[in-house]
Amino acid sequence: MILKAKSVDRRSFLRVAGATLPCLAGCGLASAASPSLGLRLLLPASDPDAQFTVEAKYYEKLGYRKIKCKLCPRECVIDDRERGYCGARENRGGTYYSLVYARVATAHIDPIEKKPLFHFLPGTSAFSIATAGCNVNCKFCQNWEISQVRPEQVRGAYMPPRDLAALAKQYQCPAIAYTYSEPVIFYEYVADSADAGHAQGIRSVVISGGYIQQEPLKKWCHNLDAIKIDLKSFSEKFYKEVVNGELKPVLETLVTIRKQGTWTEIVYLVIPTLNDSDAEFKAAAQWVKSDLGPDVPVHFTRFHPEYLLTNLPDTPVETLERAKAIADAEGLHYVYVGNVPGHPAENTQCPKCRRVIVERQGYTIGQIHLKKGKCGFCGQTIPGIWT
Amino acid sequence: MSARAANTIRARPTRRTFLQTCALGAAAFGSGRAIDRASGTAGLPSSTLTDKQADKSRVVIARDPGLRGSGTSLDSDRLLKLLDRAIQSFYGADSPLDAWKRVVRPGECVGLKINCLAGRGASTTVKLVEAVIERLQQAGITNIVVWDRLNSDLESAGFRAGSSRPGVQFIGNDTAGYEDGLAIHGSVGSLLSRTLTRTCDAVISLPVLKDHGIAGMTFALKNFFGAIHNPNKYHLTVGDPYVADVNMLPAIRQKIRLHIGDATAVQYEGGPSFLPQWSWRFNGLVVGTDPVALDYVGWQLIEQKRASEGMKSLAALNRAPNYIATAADSGHRLGTNDPKRIERLEI
Repeated sequence: MILKAKSVDRRSFLRVAGATLPCLAGCGLASAASPSLGLRLLLPASDPDAQFTVEAKYYEKLGYRKIKCKLCPRECVIDDRERGYCGARENRGGTYYSLVYARVATAHIDPIEKKPLFHFLPGTSAFSIATAGCNVNCKFCQNWEISQVRPEQVRGAYMPPRDLAALAKQYQCPAIAYTYSEPVIFYEYVADSADAGHAQGIRSVVISGGYIQQEPLKKWCHNLDAIKIDLKSFSEKFYKEVVNGELKPVLETLVTIRKQGTWTEIVYLVIPTLNDSDAEFKAAAQWVKSDLGPDVPVHFTRFHPEYLLTNLPDTPVETLERAKAIADAEGLHYVYVGNVPGHPAENTQCPKCRRVIVERQGYTIGQIHLKKGKCGFCGQTIPGIWT
Repeated sequence: MSARAANTIRARPTRRTFLQTCALGAAAFGSGRAIDRASGTAGLPSSTLTDKQADKSRVVIARDPGLRGSGTSLDSDRLLKLLDRAIQSFYGADSPLDAWKRVVRPGECVGLKINCLAGRGASTTVKLVEAVIERLQQAGITNIVVWDRLNSDLESAGFRAGSSRPGVQFIGNDTAGYEDGLAIHGSVGSLLSRTLTRTCDAVISLPVLKDHGIAGMTFALKNFFGAIHNPNKYHLTVGDPYVADVNMLPAIRQKIRLHIGDATAVQYEGGPSFLPQWSWRFNGLVVGTDPVALDYVGWQLIEQKRASEGMKSLAALNRAPNYIATAADSGHRLGTNDPKRIERLEI
């Protein structure tokens, strides 16, 4: 089965969602030829945002119309009329609002392998969406044009949860993926969309940096089917200087996800000179094995120069192979090499008999030798969500 | 890292724009003077200054106790006179018009960068903007743009966003748009307002002096957070070094001619929001061309008022605006925060 990433065609998008969605008329998000960013940053000043605005679920009211956000560990204290670090939440008179509920800035149908989730319905498509905003500011962000802008600076389409689920179903996507930017900042929309999806037989997966507080995370775990976490390095220094975040809460997120029993995979983007030492690979692999267990898939993926980090080269494939060798040696069962199409370490091997049980070439799935979640050759249980 | 969203447009600086930016930056650094201190002469030759003046950054604090008459609202006529006194004093000019002609030249499009995020009470006052417009027009300026981040912010502060009258336009960045390519300096990577980069030949900044719950205080330097698309990313660590880095962006650094700080009402606690119980009717303007000196002087005013009210200093609250010192350091040279090098004139 060969899958190609594709954008939702404009006509279908409008047909399903457009009748009730006045702002779609000028929305370029589904067109093949997107306007330039300058145009995308140009919205009519009169564009109403009320339909995208809901009260935030996690915050604390302070005195004098100030609030403290309790969604992510940053805990922004925000004055009246100001926004949090994410740019997607605003204090209005002492009440805190998400400005991105159902405010979709981009939508695509992607192979689930692109997320990447390798142990989750291989060979299927995910209806993938994002809103503007992010609670960190990675210098290497691939999607900074949506993650590092404010909601009103990009064209947004109104896509309420039920319509989102209907679109996913129409396009035969068994899952909705909340991805590209940072789903934590559109938390309420994710939660409601996951519920709406389940009501229509559609699952939900989140692709996140994992910078979230424990209480909202636990609720997510109950209504999401999988959470992929970007472990951006195993160094607090890197998180502080390159990510503008913290490592410790991300590790706590991973532990909680495992304890809650939600399927998770980890991506470690390997950036030359910044997080590619043997010692860091080893420390990360040891921590994954000891705190999460050897069955959590880890993807070492290739960096390409982007955004504010354009002075470094692409990650050499040898570096990714070195990372995999270290993680393998530490006893992790499912270690992959990513962003290198055709690399043999894209395949899933049975940790017991060493045979290839899921064959991959880029986003293309080849032979699958799984029977009810077990290796088709030796019967070893292979963790994941396969059906 | 999430997979790239395929329909987003890349907007990286090209090699050519990068080189242009470097060249501009190098030219600024190579000038031998970090800024035009003291005189604020908008490119006028420094020979017009005395040696003593050239060594110091002049900051004029002009006050009028009767600025509000017997009521609470500002008296437009008195405010215009206060502005005249401040500008004339700053430039040592024979008349207000003579002073304004040192700031701008006929034929230029002049932007007035106001700060109106907080709405009425803690934003640049409409009457001050009107006074500046009146004098600019008398100086031969026929194209004036009053701008800040959002049309809705302009509206909430009492300006008619999106409107125009002969020679004057009011517009938010949300309508004017932003550049496609990132402007980068140090810790900052931002898209700049097109009003700044494309529309305006020169900018007069009209910041508001006030306390800021995250950044310590906001005045001349921080006013240009309103020129970038992502100010929310730059309030960490009390804005240091972000505020200084934003002001290093060539398009900002090279277009500012003058700062006219609105200190008619100073929010000395609870800012940047308007909280009337901590709004101090200072009834003044703070004028200069060195944004670091202005910020330093403004900071001291806030601290003095806080002390007189028995409040803790910003430093004691862990929100001292250290970005001011950063803006003055050898890596920025945006001005001076050394009180010995600031000529403070109170009139």
